[in-house]
Amino acid sequence: MNGRRNLWQFLLGNSTIVLFIVVFIAFGIASPRFFLPENIINIVKQASFVGFLAVGMTFVLLTAGIDLSVGSNMYLSAVAAGLLMRSIGLEIVPALIVSLVVGTLFGAVNAFLILRLKIIPFMVTLGTLVIGRGLGTALTESQQIDFPERMNAFGQIVILGIPMPIIAFVIVVAAAYYILTRTPFGRQVYAVGNDIEAGKKAGINTDRVIAGVYIISGFCAGLAGFILASQLGGRVDRSFGDGREFDAIAAAVLGGTSLFGGTGNIIGTVIGAVLIQMVQTGLQFNLVNLYLQPMVKAFIIFLAIFFDSLRDSNLKKLKRRFIRPVNT
Amino acid sequence: MTTLTVHEITKAFFGIAAVKAVSLSVEAGQILGLIGQNGAGKSTLMNLIGGVVQPDSGTMQFNGAPYTPRIPSDAVHAGIAFIHQELNLFTNLTIAENIFIAGFPRTRFGSIDRAAMRQRAKDLLASVGLEMSSDTPVERIAPGERQLVEIAKALYQDASLIIFDEPTTSLTARETERLFAIMRQLREQGKALIYISHILGDVLKYADSIAIMRDGALVAHEPASAFDVNRMIALMVGRSIEQLYPPRTAPPTSEPVLQVENVTAAGVVENITFDLLRGEVLGVFGLMGSGRTELVRILFGLEPFERGKITLNGRDVGLPTPRESIRAGMAFVTENRREEGLLMSIDIANNIGMVALPQYADRLLQIIRQRDLSDGAGRMAGALQLKSGDIRQQNVKALSGGNQQKVVIAKWLLNAPTVFILDEPTRGIDVGAKYEIYTIIDRLAAEGGGVLIISSELEELMGMCDRILVMSRGEIVGQFARADFNDAAILRAAFREAESNGAMS
Repeated sequence: MNGRRNLWQFLLGNSTIVLFIVVFIAFGIASPRFFLPENIINIVKQASFVGFLAVGMTFVLLTAGIDLSVGSNMYLSAVAAGLLMRSIGLEIVPALIVSLVVGTLFGAVNAFLILRLKIIPFMVTLGTLVIGRGLGTALTESQQIDFPERMNAFGQIVILGIPMPIIAFVIVVAAAYYILTRTPFGRQVYAVGNDIEAGKKAGINTDRVIAGVYIISGFCAGLAGFILASQLGGRVDRSFGDGREFDAIAAAVLGGTSLFGGTGNIIGTVIGAVLIQMVQTGLQFNLVNLYLQPMVKAFIIFLAIFFDSLRDSNLKKLKRRFIRPVNT
Repeated sequence: MTTLTVHEITKAFFGIAAVKAVSLSVEAGQILGLIGQNGAGKSTLMNLIGGVVQPDSGTMQFNGAPYTPRIPSDAVHAGIAFIHQELNLFTNLTIAENIFIAGFPRTRFGSIDRAAMRQRAKDLLASVGLEMSSDTPVERIAPGERQLVEIAKALYQDASLIIFDEPTTSLTARETERLFAIMRQLREQGKALIYISHILGDVLKYADSIAIMRDGALVAHEPASAFDVNRMIALMVGRSIEQLYPPRTAPPTSEPVLQVENVTAAGVVENITFDLLRGEVLGVFGLMGSGRTELVRILFGLEPFERGKITLNGRDVGLPTPRESIRAGMAFVTENRREEGLLMSIDIANNIGMVALPQYADRLLQIIRQRDLSDGAGRMAGALQLKSGDIRQQNVKALSGGNQQKVVIAKWLLNAPTVFILDEPTRGIDVGAKYEIYTIIDRLAAEGGGVLIISSELEELMGMCDRILVMSRGEIVGQFARADFNDAAILRAAFREAESNGAMS
């Protein structure tokens, strides 16, 4: 009985990983080519775009905030880089820096509106979602932007057999992990998410922490925009990044990040992002009806979240404090 | 040497003065006891010192320099630490992270120097007598231990003034002893301490000087030797209180309103059987962890049980949900006002209306009749002598502890319950407000309701109850009628089982 209880507790405690493995094996059985290394690398590569956003989103969610503007931000950042590359012939590295600066400033604007004008994050980022995309569409006159050929070449870089987006993703994840677990700022992010009033009383500069997470989220969106543009052969149209904020939020929540703040970690987010992409790729692999795919994807996300809530209530029950021996 | 001087400081909210021209000084190496009823202005005074609110007029000096905190972190940086009644720890972080949250030791690269953090945390924990790894998450440690972490944090910040606001309410007797030992030790080290408490005996025993506030003004500040408990009470209430408990106005009937038969939840409670009579005030006494809170949570339907039967007003309720219990006429005032009893940032009227809300909805369209609701809430507020501003404007957060408790009770009263369960009804509440709560309890019983009170204060149960049940390890181990009340006997019953089974506290 105790063994079964422990197994149950283990399965529930790691529900996302268990689901990850189950989904992976199921798709593999359905079409064995799914297990090929090229396919696995492809999944991770595809996951990295949402992954960048999800990493930034994790910081924001940890403070009990939300950033709905990341999809628009990645569009605007990519547009800014693309326009400058075309008009003044900017090279790749300066163009990347332009994307990052635009993304970061976008995040700073969110932070400013949230902290100075004291508007709730949901409304602020919903507003900048619309404004950001509007600005991008105005700058491009709603036309598709074609980047110079060197953008495409940049996107195809492979180092030691590993595509560039994966390398960038690993670096971002490592940096985010380090920041969240090893720096004062990172621990204060968790503190603010746990109890912001107590944070103020403890002498934490909570405004700085909150500004920090939106700026990081903006930076990640800028990076995601530039790298995704390089993968699409340097073509950015109006729908670029549209709706990606929901994938990012789903990835973070799948990975165990709470929308109420204070709980979550980067590794979980990475697993969540890869899981979502794996489902998408797996569905394409198995030629599931194109119109059904979003529904199946949503169902698996729902399943994961359901397990998660099951875990919460069950862990609570299993960890219940007994005050007397149980008579059996 | 004077650590903090407050000079003629005044603060008003919504035109009502909360602190009126208070002048007070706190000396290094001394414990200042600060007492007063709820709403006397103690909390506001502390908020002024802590930079949570700014004074309308008046000045402060801290360690000889002018002191004008704008935000709480100004107070932290100046060297003032608060040990609050509701602790300000981050439950998702470790002990060490909580201690250093506003100033981590850093490596050359700006990251947290974890080795240095652990070492310093170990020293700090040792100095407050907490033997525990500093890597333990705070959510896993007991309330008393959390308090020690708060003190370690204050020591790390090298605070020269440490303010203890009702520090002992959630502590066991042993933890309380240890806390006082640490407070004395801090005093020896030359720290200035402000000790705020409703436990007047402790204040008298441990404070060097005692300051008393009433209606926002400082009414006395003298050496502790100038006081005894009676004088303290007299100064707090502005008159002398003859009795701590009101007389009971009506005897209980013989008709049961709540019958509990053999209720068992494995590992929690075992074979609980008792009747609660109409007009009766029934006490449940037990040490922490005796199962008393768990029992009432089961009765109300918050936790399940496996065997047994609960009959309310003659009807078997099965496995009730809280919603059904409320409909059947049960009311439950939990021990945790802030988290379970109130919506802190919502106005008083809507808090009072929370339970009885369906009765104030239009039958057809289910629209709330706001005017009736605020009239009803206002009636309750009046009946319970709630001290507040406009109940439709003021948030519950702004009320004192005693008045918050009255809001919780009012919320249930509006639903006209027949069984009233109160878990620690007077925790953190001052003498005057306690008396008012007792009067309310008596009235509930006199009007034919059954009242079940859980309390850690045996004296309170003996003062108010017709009968006391004693619980230990999830069982009822003793029952005392009012005529047989004897504190030694009741305590023996509560401890008996605990002693034979090792430490239970």
